[in-house]
Amino acid sequence: MSWTRKDLLDLQSLTAEEIQTVLETARAFKAVGERVIKKVPALHGKTVVNLFVEPSTRTRTSFQLAAQRLSADIINFTAEASSLKKGETLKDTARNLEALNADFIVIRHSAAGAPHFLARVLQAHVVNAGDGAHEHPTQGLLDLFTMLEKKGRLAGLQVTILGDILYSRVARSNIWGLQKLGAQVTLCGPPTLVPRSFAELGCRVTHVLEEAIEAADVINLLRIQHERQRKSMFPSLGEYTSLFGINRQRLAAAKPDVLIMHPGPINRGVEVDSEVADGEQSVILEQVTNGLAIRMAALFLLNGGKAPQPAPAG
Amino acid sequence: MVGPMNSLLVVQGRVVDPSQDLDQVMDVLILEGQVAALGEEASRRAPPDLERVDATGKVVCPGLIDLHVHLREPGQNAKETLATGTAAAARGGLTTVVCMPNTTPAVDSPAAVAWIHERATTEARVNVLVAGAISKGLAGEELASIGSLHRAGVVAITDDGRCIQNNELMRGALEYSTMFDLLVMDHCQDYSLVTEGVMHEGFFSTMLGLRGWPAAGEEMMVARNILLAERTGARVHCQHISAAGSVRLLRAARQRGLSISGEACPHHFTLTDAAVAGSAEFWERDGKDLRRGMEGPTLPSWPAYDTNFKMNPPLRSAADREAILEGIVDGTLEVLASDHAPHCDYEKEVEFDYAPFGVTGLETELALALMQLCRPGRLSLAELIARFTTGPARLLRLANKGSLAVGKDGDVTVFDPEASWTFSRESTASKARNSPFYGWPLRGKAVATIVGGRVVWRDDPAPAKRKKTPAKA
Repeated sequence: MSWTRKDLLDLQSLTAEEIQTVLETARAFKAVGERVIKKVPALHGKTVVNLFVEPSTRTRTSFQLAAQRLSADIINFTAEASSLKKGETLKDTARNLEALNADFIVIRHSAAGAPHFLARVLQAHVVNAGDGAHEHPTQGLLDLFTMLEKKGRLAGLQVTILGDILYSRVARSNIWGLQKLGAQVTLCGPPTLVPRSFAELGCRVTHVLEEAIEAADVINLLRIQHERQRKSMFPSLGEYTSLFGINRQRLAAAKPDVLIMHPGPINRGVEVDSEVADGEQSVILEQVTNGLAIRMAALFLLNGGKAPQPAPAG
Repeated sequence: MVGPMNSLLVVQGRVVDPSQDLDQVMDVLILEGQVAALGEEASRRAPPDLERVDATGKVVCPGLIDLHVHLREPGQNAKETLATGTAAAARGGLTTVVCMPNTTPAVDSPAAVAWIHERATTEARVNVLVAGAISKGLAGEELASIGSLHRAGVVAITDDGRCIQNNELMRGALEYSTMFDLLVMDHCQDYSLVTEGVMHEGFFSTMLGLRGWPAAGEEMMVARNILLAERTGARVHCQHISAAGSVRLLRAARQRGLSISGEACPHHFTLTDAAVAGSAEFWERDGKDLRRGMEGPTLPSWPAYDTNFKMNPPLRSAADREAILEGIVDGTLEVLASDHAPHCDYEKEVEFDYAPFGVTGLETELALALMQLCRPGRLSLAELIARFTTGPARLLRLANKGSLAVGKDGDVTVFDPEASWTFSRESTASKARNSPFYGWPLRGKAVATIVGGRVVWRDDPAPAKRKKTPAKA
């Protein structure tokens, strides 16, 4: 297995083999995180820039720690404290960072396609840490990793993604990644947040919660934000919760070993009750741990690192 | 000077003039800026020392008219100027362009109209006609001085780039315009439905995570305009139609005899929303037919989220593209235009969401129209030429244009429908570099553009002799 891409921009353009390469590599790095000395020298002397044009705490922290554990130097760069606020274009900002010999640019941006644009104009490796409503490939990969770890397979798995699909980059990365590895994806939520066009991406679309959860092996819950959503999408958080909120009672109709996942931050009492979020089916915090391993694997592979050899057959 | 001014003889071209139902090889004599004679009389009356344009093997037609062009003056000279924009027009075979009023300041006063007319006399390579604003400052709140604009010589009014949302104001503009028999042109877009949309709402907007611009946002404004045209009797022209539903609405309205018209742009009848996902997606899905027509080893390529594929209204689905082609064929869309919308490279080289809408088009519209409409046999050459000549001339009430009848203006386009060429960033005469068609192998090219009996552009096969286009920094 090998990795030849300069950038990690989305899961839509990756092959199943490439996705598997990242997952295999992450497995090795997860073991590193469990050691007393958690650091490896793989990126020693390399510079990683976290270019976060849209605010984020958990993803930025995760990338920062991943880079540090690989012994890279890391610079955090946020829009509020930068020349982007003074009208500098993204292209100029990035080229200035490259002039400082940055080797990796990890970018979070509210505009879809911004990482693709940077990847074209820069020599440095570009990692998409979330672009608008497009993709969040490392989140998608860490979700796959978590499902694989817990369920032992992805092929044939029934995965339901519930909530604000329309504006979700996490949903899109999950949809592509899961389908490439043979899982079946069901999307659920009100039609305003789960429009028909998603069926064309190969997903099953339903607006009835019971249909979405009864056969699910995994339920991936997405954060519902009413403020950003505008009032034409659904009337209130209360009504959303009454129709689509996951609580223990509703979960009784699901398989007993269903996994509950959430990319965070959670709105307790909206898309999920505390009882479920903190319950034994929930793997929400393990997703965070796995995210670190995935991001280490991504940086490592982009830097030319070799994936671990698969165990010999038999 | 030897011989009469602004006079020449176009020799032995295939003269195709839909205004006279003419299609035969003959000479065209232009004397002092006007068509003086055709055929044998032309050859006989031409003085021996008269300038001759050899059109053997080429098509000769009335000068092409583009009624939808952004020349960006006054005030946006960084994007384009009258000089560079009309140089691009001349190269594309256009002899007359209508410039849009969304400039800085907007063309909402007779002074602004006079300024453009004045400047065009020294700067412009082709005829520049002016469209005035419908509303003051294009703000969509109060009527501009439409009567004064008319007296200053505007050929139409429009708030192009914007769409008047207030239906009462639009009704007022239409009723008022009937006093001057003035064409009201509308960029059809319902803001409350389109919101922040940047590309066609459909499969590709879903995949790319870009905000959708639904076709219904255009269709409901076309419907509004039909209802108001019927109520007021005004002449309404729906600009750059992009959606199948708009074509259906216009077709039905025209069958009822309403004075409503529509226009189509080459990017909408050539490309689709798949192009926003990059060239690979486009050639694989919606570009198959086009690809067949392209000989040569390398297909044009571009990345996903390329802002040269962002325009308003957006590229739509393959079904919409087909409906636009059908609308052109059955005459529902009776004019073709470029919506030439130049922008600076630094404005376009940004995130897709932040880039301005618009692409250039003056230099490629004739070739794309030939490739998409004539070559597959959808339209005859005469029908195609009509959509660039008699169509716009009728809408704009240009009595002396769009025809090579004796006494009409001596505007002539000579083109080679077979010429193969490649459009490139380096060769464009426009100041801007925002065309989606760089690197495209095209068929059909203007070889001489004649305005008022003067050759304003001639395709010279020897590159060394090619006139440098003005490219001021």
